[in-house]
Amino acid sequence: MRVWLNKQRNLLDFSLSSLSRRRGKTLGMLTVYTSIVFVLASVMLFSHAIRREAATVLAKSPEVLVQRMVAGRHDLIPARHLDAIRGVRGVQSAEGRLWGYLFDPAAAANYTLMVPTNPRIEPGKVVIGDGVVRVRNADPGDLMSFRAHDGSLVQFKVDHAISRESALVSADLFLVAEEDFRRLFGIPAGMFTDLAVSVRNPREVGKIAEKIDAALPDTRIVLRDEILRTYESVFDWREGMLLVLLAGSILAFAIFSWEKASGLSAEERREIGILKAVGWETGDVILLKMLEGLVVSLSAFLVGYLLAYAHVFHLGAGLFEPVLKGWAVLYPKYRLTPFVDELQVATLFFFTVFPYTVATVVPIWRAAIVDPDQVMR
Amino acid sequence: MRKSDAFLTLSAVLLLLLGASFADAARGLVREEPALERKAEMVGRLGLTDLVLFTEARYTRHPSQADLHSAFQDHPFAMDHFPTGSLLPPPILKGRP
Amino acid sequence: MIHLSDVRKAFNQGKANEFWALKGIDLSVRAGKVTVFRGPSGSGKTTLLTLVGCLARPTSGRVRLRDRDISGLPERFLTDIRRSTFGFVFQQFNLLKGISAVENVMIPAYPLGRDRNELSERAHALMASLDIAAKAHSNAEWLSGGEAQRVAIARALINDPEVVIADEPTANLDSERSRQFLGIVETLKASGKTVLMTSHDPLVCDTAVVDHVVSLRDGQLVESR
Repeated sequence: MRVWLNKQRNLLDFSLSSLSRRRGKTLGMLTVYTSIVFVLASVMLFSHAIRREAATVLAKSPEVLVQRMVAGRHDLIPARHLDAIRGVRGVQSAEGRLWGYLFDPAAAANYTLMVPTNPRIEPGKVVIGDGVVRVRNADPGDLMSFRAHDGSLVQFKVDHAISRESALVSADLFLVAEEDFRRLFGIPAGMFTDLAVSVRNPREVGKIAEKIDAALPDTRIVLRDEILRTYESVFDWREGMLLVLLAGSILAFAIFSWEKASGLSAEERREIGILKAVGWETGDVILLKMLEGLVVSLSAFLVGYLLAYAHVFHLGAGLFEPVLKGWAVLYPKYRLTPFVDELQVATLFFFTVFPYTVATVVPIWRAAIVDPDQVMR
Repeated sequence: MRKSDAFLTLSAVLLLLLGASFADAARGLVREEPALERKAEMVGRLGLTDLVLFTEARYTRHPSQADLHSAFQDHPFAMDHFPTGSLLPPPILKGRP
Repeated sequence: MIHLSDVRKAFNQGKANEFWALKGIDLSVRAGKVTVFRGPSGSGKTTLLTLVGCLARPTSGRVRLRDRDISGLPERFLTDIRRSTFGFVFQQFNLLKGISAVENVMIPAYPLGRDRNELSERAHALMASLDIAAKAHSNAEWLSGGEAQRVAIARALINDPEVVIADEPTANLDSERSRQFLGIVETLKASGKTVLMTSHDPLVCDTAVVDHVVSLRDGQLVESR
């Protein structure tokens, strides 16, 4: 056991010497490798945390939403549909919701306007999300005015802001009274954006949705389940941009590491010959090269993962901001709840450390089985 | 100091930090628990349906509410104009009639 | 100690450029003596050395080390024997560049799993006895020819082998350094080592320390004394 341990440590010493001999190459490799792990781990941690947060937070969203569709587009739904829905067995309550988007030319940002029913907002007042506060520099008591659909001016006095803690669900909210909402957009009384339905028995949701669908053929129904599932798969590996970005860099890295790891230079070949001639077994040479690969890949994994963790959960995932922001002006500042899936981390470990180590060993294997007498020739 | 000792020490420190990151995550989860509850309560009270991840277009601000065709915008062959559109899957609907 | 009977060695066997480097050698190398293989280049003396030193296996014929036939052993066992029995000093020294001389000396002992401090002490002691202690921490590529050779000798001795094999040890040295080398050979012989060399240098072949000179030509033994 002691001998075995000494041997491993001696070989580790020597592999570190070998790596430091090719300092530039090793450092370059480490840098590229670490940044790849960093990007992969950041995406992984970020998307997992978002998914879990969505599942936790959106579990309370409306059970059934009924939208009216006209020529393939979402349209206002008349209040009389409420009666039809309330008549369906199993429906506990149904109410009309009013919400929409408001473009604010002063900030060039889009807000999500909503009419809350509990508690109601006083007419002329507005409650704004943290993102709105930031893009408008608004404080409680400030006035914000917008042009209504008919050109008249609608003025809001900022009542208070929603705390930053909930920015992930509320950053762009602009909560107003029903009167103001209708005046702003010219929506007549008796029309709603959509209808929220709650059911008595959650297990009957599917049945009830079917019944509503049959009773109101011009509607589309969105279930809470579907909302949750939409977020379960958000930032899935198939998502275009992420995939393209990652595939490109991973492919480049694969080529790079394959080239670095597998391209045995004449110098390295000679060294293997020398090691064999002075009494190293093929297995020792392979072990040495495996240790070299392991030193690089293990360090890259640990450093890359730790940087990614700090980036996503302590530095607000700043590097993703330009990607997530798109053309938008309003970008929510939120701190993610650190949901970490250890199994995912283990998978990342396996997929980053293992292939590189193997890529180092394969060509060595070929070189290491040559006869040691070639150094004498 | 032996090179292997230096490396093993460094690796041990990094592994310790890895462990610390898990501990930090666990602590953060406990710390954020009340905030998560407050957020969920707010979602329930206001009837919110989506996360404010992308505010650039209606089908990315409210992906779960977007109608099936909004990704096409004004023409079925229109290219997706918004960068974040490519970060989202289409809404996942159950196989209802 | 080492007995060769009807040993033949072919390179590129079965191909158009097939070449027989050794064409039937019978030879005995006695323990504790200094033996020199002499011959012009291409005579097969280096090939003979690789066979004796378990670096390669003969195409036909037998190589016996003491009473053990080693010509048919698989690679693993050959390596084991090579590591414990032979120490090599190559013509080009074959030191690894970029690492210190003392690390070069320790390389053959790494897979044996010996304690690092013990090993390092032994390496330094060997280098001191060869008068190159001062160069222990210089990188291998900064050494002069004579220094590099002595590092190579220290490396050959680190596992305390019974047999030291040197390929053209004086080819890259001036007369002064060659005489110093033969001095080292003398101390090796005095400490009971068997020494095997190839050389066509008369300075080596005609020294008193050399017990046997084996002359080769075209892969065959021509003279043995």
